[in-house]
Amino acid sequence: MAETVITQGCSAVVIGGSAGSLDVLLEIFPKLDKNLPFPIIIVIHRKPGGESLLTDLLQNRTQLNVMEAEEKQPIKAGYVYIAPADYHLLIEENQSFSLDYSEKINYSRPSIDVTFQSAADVYKDSLYCILLSGSNADGLDGMRTVKRFKGKLVIQNPDTAIMPFMPQQVKSNLKADYILNAWEMASFINNLCKV
Amino acid sequence: MFNETIDNEQIQIILNDILEVYGYDFLEYSHASIKRRITRLFSLDKFVSFAEFRYTIKNDKQYFKRFLEEITVNVTEMFRDPSFYRALRNDVLPTLGTYPFIRIWVAGCSTGEEAFSLAIVLKELNLLHKSLIYATDINPAVLEKAKKGLFSLNHLKQYSENYLQAEGTNDFSNYYIANYSLAKFDQALTSKMIFSTHNLVSDHSFNEFQLIMCRNVLIYFDKDLQHKVFNLFDNSIEKLGYLALGSKESLDFWPKIKDYKRVKTEKIWRKL
Repeated sequence: MAETVITQGCSAVVIGGSAGSLDVLLEIFPKLDKNLPFPIIIVIHRKPGGESLLTDLLQNRTQLNVMEAEEKQPIKAGYVYIAPADYHLLIEENQSFSLDYSEKINYSRPSIDVTFQSAADVYKDSLYCILLSGSNADGLDGMRTVKRFKGKLVIQNPDTAIMPFMPQQVKSNLKADYILNAWEMASFINNLCKV
Repeated sequence: MFNETIDNEQIQIILNDILEVYGYDFLEYSHASIKRRITRLFSLDKFVSFAEFRYTIKNDKQYFKRFLEEITVNVTEMFRDPSFYRALRNDVLPTLGTYPFIRIWVAGCSTGEEAFSLAIVLKELNLLHKSLIYATDINPAVLEKAKKGLFSLNHLKQYSENYLQAEGTNDFSNYYIANYSLAKFDQALTSKMIFSTHNLVSDHSFNEFQLIMCRNVLIYFDKDLQHKVFNLFDNSIEKLGYLALGSKESLDFWPKIKDYKRVKTEKIWRKL
């Protein structure tokens, strides 16, 4: 599964993760190219408060611009956007963000399902969704929608994930297009090219 | 698993129907969010076809009530964002306390948690007796709940933590009586509240206020509608009055922002 595959065009990468996923992001970020031709959108479960902590942590490891997603903000290639704590992050048809403070999904806000589903609706088959380590049910329904729109499903290898439950669910219930170890993800993302 | 989903065109058809039949205008709401709410309801209520869903919404008034309740987001919390309530307590309300009478509008109040939080702060600053809180929402069903001052006990632990962080000066449990699964809040708080329906999209200014609070409502509106609502607020705030928004909302791109001054780091602006 680890071989480098020439992939189809990519208009956005959305990464979802829960417990144990921060380590993976810290592994990926220093190795990312600085001129990626698509945006990266990150939804990580975390507690409200310490707002800019995750943003700073990632910004210190990459030359890409990392910022917390703001409502109505246009989504631009080469930028990394992080879902703010305690809001769901949605993507509009015109490729801008909306925030939503509705019910938690899978005990989570932001919910990975919400962003995956909304991204699938907009980016359709040129979307790559990556689901990392976690012990929550979040992400599976989102991945199902991504598959329906023919986007690509990428999961962290459950055998090497700190918390295998989340990616394992996708592996067992849907067919993932790529199963990658943490150390393979940066080069995978760097090799995705623009539509 | 449901297979039938609703596409953008069908969402547009439903929103047009609702405007035509019931007079509620959701056309300028953020599309992704309203689409998600409608799609969710469609699958939750197990409709088998779009045609059936559309017909029911158009013709069944009872169902439309449910529709309205479900597609507007009514999630809220007491003392949400404690630092915001600290700014109200320490900066905004003491300034308004110098007025003989304080009029406050909580726009999009949902089930009333923020209006009650505000009333508690006013009480602790000894200002509640000369204050009046107008709490409005588009949705009559949530106002009925708000009027009763009944909140689920499940949430009270979180609320009392928020209250402490917001520098509350009392014992939070003094404000309510627990009864089975519900907490009934003090009538003295509701005695200074007026509940009424008001639609920010289509209704006009109805009074002048020293403070307007509208938190986590504008995130559901598109930019043009946000600016219209800011104009409505501008017409409803007295000179030197305050406008308070949710923690991810901003006046930044509104042309009249130059007439307003930000209060410290909170999403509170003062009209100059």
